[in-house]
Amino acid sequence: MSIFQNFINSSHSKREFLITLFIKIAGYSAIVFVGMIFIFLLLEGLPAVQKVNLTSLVSSRWYPIEDYFGILPLIGGSIIITLGATLIAVPFGIGSAVYLSEIAPHWVRELLKPLVEILGGLPSVVLGFLGMLVLSPFLRKLLDLPTGLTAFTGAILLGGIAIPTVMSVAEDALDAVPRSYRDASLAMGATEWQTIWRVTVPAARSGVLTAIMLGIGRAIGETMTVMMVTGNAPILPRGIGNLFSPVRTMTATIAAEMGEVANGSVHYHVLFLIGIVLFLISLAVNITASTVIFRQKKRQERILS
Amino acid sequence: MKSSHMRHRQQQFGFSLLTLMTLFTVIPIAGVVIYILILGTPAINWEFLTGFPREGMRAGGIWPAIVGTFYLTLGTSVFAVPFGIGAAIYLSEYASDNRATQLIRIAIINLAGIPSVVYGLFGLGLFVLFLNFGTSILAGSLTLSIMTLPVIISTTEEALRAVPQAFRTVSISVGATKWQTIRRIVLPQALPGILTGVILGLERAAGETAPILFTVAAFFLPRLPNSPLDATMALPYHLYVISTQVPGMPIKIQYGTALVLLVFVLSMNIIATSIRSRARARRQW
Repeated sequence: MSIFQNFINSSHSKREFLITLFIKIAGYSAIVFVGMIFIFLLLEGLPAVQKVNLTSLVSSRWYPIEDYFGILPLIGGSIIITLGATLIAVPFGIGSAVYLSEIAPHWVRELLKPLVEILGGLPSVVLGFLGMLVLSPFLRKLLDLPTGLTAFTGAILLGGIAIPTVMSVAEDALDAVPRSYRDASLAMGATEWQTIWRVTVPAARSGVLTAIMLGIGRAIGETMTVMMVTGNAPILPRGIGNLFSPVRTMTATIAAEMGEVANGSVHYHVLFLIGIVLFLISLAVNITASTVIFRQKKRQERILS
Repeated sequence: MKSSHMRHRQQQFGFSLLTLMTLFTVIPIAGVVIYILILGTPAINWEFLTGFPREGMRAGGIWPAIVGTFYLTLGTSVFAVPFGIGAAIYLSEYASDNRATQLIRIAIINLAGIPSVVYGLFGLGLFVLFLNFGTSILAGSLTLSIMTLPVIISTTEEALRAVPQAFRTVSISVGATKWQTIRRIVLPQALPGILTGVILGLERAAGETAPILFTVAAFFLPRLPNSPLDATMALPYHLYVISTQVPGMPIKIQYGTALVLLVFVLSMNIIATSIRSRARARRQW
């Protein structure tokens, strides 16, 4: 009698068998879901390539009403805002991670960590709302711009949104560096400051890199905030000056236009095509981030064995 | 080589700089919460919380949006909680360290990173159109569930792994089966950590707008949904609508709506973190 039949025989074992089966199915569900998401994006997005010719897709004019579907301005908009957000989130996220993990007294750490976690949980629509009503009028006056709804406003808010991601992952990585590394460095006569930058941070390097990658991923995928504060003008950014004019990102385009297109129209398929581009970007970012994690784990295993 | 005096000055400067950066990060967060609290409170009254919108949403209350967000959060938990906890149990208790498991982990990391608006597209393609659920609470909840899964899986797995191996060994050695061990020993010990993860995941679902844009949200629906196949208003989408799409919207109502959404989401956050810290304080291993 096989083990399998043994399982089925008593009702008790049957229950255990079914539960174990459910647990296994749930375990593999993540792979199934990622696969399904990709397949559905392909099914709905690829017809766009047949219906709109490629040169028109990679042009710099997005004007769907007259069938201009150039997605370059949207990609450019996403890039310029993500770049700006990264320039804000990386120094501030890693700076505060170093502060909280290496410098802050225990009680400060216990107080500030949950506070930053709260920022991570603030709905992006609330931040977009405040960005529209408070930040953008402020920046318009401060910088004397014709409108406050610019890429710069979006970059500041996205930077703020990405900071908690960068900070908490980087802080975990710094926290995981063994105490003895720091002790050895201090015993050699290095100051705490030198120890931080020459021993602790380099030892946590891969975790810090992962933090940066995940922060970039967070920024590029953000939708509501950028849709509300960047002015939504599909203009291809050609230089740093465009930071202070309205732009439109890929995410905002999908969110703003999908509600108004007819299912199955060319416009509908092109919006799914933009979804494919976003999916592939986040795939690349996250696979890079996770291989960094796996490499680090392997290195630790090597050291320990 | 630098003198020790200079090194000390350098360190002091560096430390102050990092302190300043941290303050720059933290103060705006507190500022956002306090600002909305101050400007939103005057709008809050019984009619605003329990009434229906009137005069093209420019007056009246936001009850349908509150109820909608509650239903969506509930619906998300129905799907995401069993699947998320199941997957975490698999990873922590069953999976061996092989290629398949690594693939699952990469898939989870990717699920966590997919932009929320792409989830919206997927939900539209699969649930609304292909499975023909229409724009409905069902379609929206399923979309939000898949988005929430990675949060629940990773926090639950962490909680399960924190239960000492010895607990399992003892349970198995007195004759319990693997599932009995998980059910009676591991899960109860990990419960606070699991609850924290579940609530944090649902918090994210409650506050998201992009995934529900094309799967469930109704611009204006002056009645409560009757079934899971009904569309519904929801707080985050309602805030988006009244702050961008409705001209002449009283600012008080906008801040009031933002405040209700913030309280909804932050109270989940506070419950989750307090469960976690209380459990840590009481932990005996």
